[in-house]
Amino acid sequence: MNYNWNWGIFFEPSPEGVGTYADMLLSGLGWTLATALCSWIIAFSLGSLIGVMRTMPSPVAQAVGTSYVELFRNIPLLVQMFLWFYVLPEMVPEVIGTWLKQLPNASFYTAVICLGFFTASRVAEQVRAGIQSLPRGQRAAAIALGLNTWQTYRYVLLPIAYRVILPPMTSEFLNNLKNTSVALTIGLLELTARARSMQEFSSQVFESFTAATIIYLLISLTVVMLAGALERRVAVPGSR
Amino acid sequence: MIAIDGVGKWYGPVQVLKGCTTQVSKGEVVVVCGPSGSGKSTLIKTVNALEPFQEGAISVDGIALKDKRTDLPKLRARVGMVFQHFELFPHLSITDNLTLAQCKVLKRPREEARTRGLKLLERVGLSAHAQKFPGQLSGGQQQRVAIARALSMDPIVMLFDEPTSALDPEMVGEVLDVMVQLAREGMTMMCVTHEMGFARKVANRVIFMDRGEIVEDAQKEEFFGQPRSPRAQQFLSKILAH
Ligand SMILES: Nc1ncnc2c1ncn2[C@@H]1O[C@H](COP(=O)(O)OP(=O)(O)OP(=O)(O)O)[C@@H](O)[C@H]1O
Ligand SMILES: [Mg+2]
Repeated sequence: MNYNWNWGIFFEPSPEGVGTYADMLLSGLGWTLATALCSWIIAFSLGSLIGVMRTMPSPVAQAVGTSYVELFRNIPLLVQMFLWFYVLPEMVPEVIGTWLKQLPNASFYTAVICLGFFTASRVAEQVRAGIQSLPRGQRAAAIALGLNTWQTYRYVLLPIAYRVILPPMTSEFLNNLKNTSVALTIGLLELTARARSMQEFSSQVFESFTAATIIYLLISLTVVMLAGALERRVAVPGSR
Repeated sequence: MIAIDGVGKWYGPVQVLKGCTTQVSKGEVVVVCGPSGSGKSTLIKTVNALEPFQEGAISVDGIALKDKRTDLPKLRARVGMVFQHFELFPHLSITDNLTLAQCKVLKRPREEARTRGLKLLERVGLSAHAQKFPGQLSGGQQQRVAIARALSMDPIVMLFDEPTSALDPEMVGEVLDVMVQLAREGMTMMCVTHEMGFARKVANRVIFMDRGEIVEDAQKEEFFGQPRSPRAQQFLSKILAH
C-alpha cells in the first residue's frame, strides 16, 4: 500500500478558509452533540409519555401508544429522515412548505425532530417494560392510598421504573448519539460528514476516520461513566 | 359502614363473585376466609374500587361506588388497605412512605404529615427505622410500616388482604399484635386471613367464601361453634388441624 501518512494534517488549514481541519472536526462534534442532546430531550419526554400510555387501563391510550411505537420503530431511520426533510414540506400548505425549506439550519431542526420521534418509540418500549416489570401491587397500593393516576405514575411507578431501566436507557442514549450520523444525508455538517469532507479534501482517509472514531468512542465512554455515576447516585439503599 | 349488595363480577366469561351480600358496621371486625381462588381478595378489592364489578352495589360510609359523581380517589383515601406483599414504595424512605399520600392527597403540610407519620411509626414500634428504606427492613417490619402508612390517612375503615401470609412464621405475631390493638381501639376492619386465632380473639363476624359466593356469614361464636354449611365445616377442620 502506497499511503502517505500525515498526522500533522489536523493542524493544516482547511479548504474552508478559516481554521484547521481539527477545527472542522470540532465544529462537526458540536453539531453532533447538539443534535444528540436536543433529540434526546424529545425522545425522553415523548417516549415516557407514550410508554406510560401503553400501561394505562384505557384501551384508547394503549392503542395510541402502540400505534406510535409500531409506526416509528418499523420505518428505517434513513427513510424517516428523508420523509421529514423532503416529503413533509411538500405535503403541508405551500406557504408553510416554503418557509420550512428556507429555514436556516433546517437540516439541524429536521434531524432533531426526526431522531427525537424515532428514539421516542424505543424509549417508550423501555419505559413500558420497566413499568410492567414492577409488582402489580405497587400500582394498587398507590391507588388505594388515594393517589390519582397522574400522581401514581409521577411519585411511584416512574421513579422505580426509571431506576430499573437505567442501563438499557443508556444504550438508547448511545444509539441516538450514533444515529445523528444519519443526518449527514440531509446535509447536517455533523462529525461524520466533517470527517468525510476532510477525507475528500485532504485524501488522508485513515487520519480522518481514525479521528472521528476516537471522538465517538470518547463521547460514548464519557456517557457510560456518567450513567454509572447516576446509577450509583439514585441507587436505593437496601435493594439488591 | 360498608354495604355490599348482590355484587357479581366476571373476568371475561369467568364469574368470580356471585351475588355477594354482606355489611360491616362501624367498629365491627369481620374476618373473611375460604379456600384459595374463592374470591376473597377480589371481594375486598371491590370495596375500595380497586376492582370494578358488573352487578350489584357497594357503598362505603353511605357513598355509592357506582355513582358517577363519587370522587373515587377521595373515597379510597378514607379506606385503608394492607396487602399481602406489603407494597411499600421501595425508592422512598420509611418516612416518605408515610408522608407521600398525606401530602399529595390530603394536602397536609410536610411537617404535620411527618409528625403524624412518626407518631404512627412509634405506635407500631419502629421509630428507630424512620430513615431506612423498605429493602432494609424485615417482612414483619415492612408490614407494620404498611399498616402505619394506611393509618396515616385517618381511615374510617381498614381492609386487610392476607396481611400475614407472606411472612415467616416468627414474624406473624408482631403484625397480628398491631391488628389486635387496632381492633380493640374500635377500628372498623375487614380482614381476609386464615389466622383463626386472630379471628377468635377480635372478630365479631366471620364470612366464609367458596367459588365466588358468600356461603356462611355468621357471628364468631356461631361460626366456630357449629358452621351450618358442610363446606365451611370441612374448611375449618382442615385449617384448624394445622
Ligand atoms: N386479573 C385476573 N384475571 C382473571 N382472573 C382472575 C384475576 N384475578 C383473579 N382471578 C381469578 O378470580 C378468582 C378469585 O381470585 P381471588 O384472588 O379473589 O381469590 P382468593 O380467594 O383471594 O385466593 P387466594 O387465597 O389464593 O388469595 C380466581 O379463580 C382467580 O383465578
Ligand atoms: Mg387472595
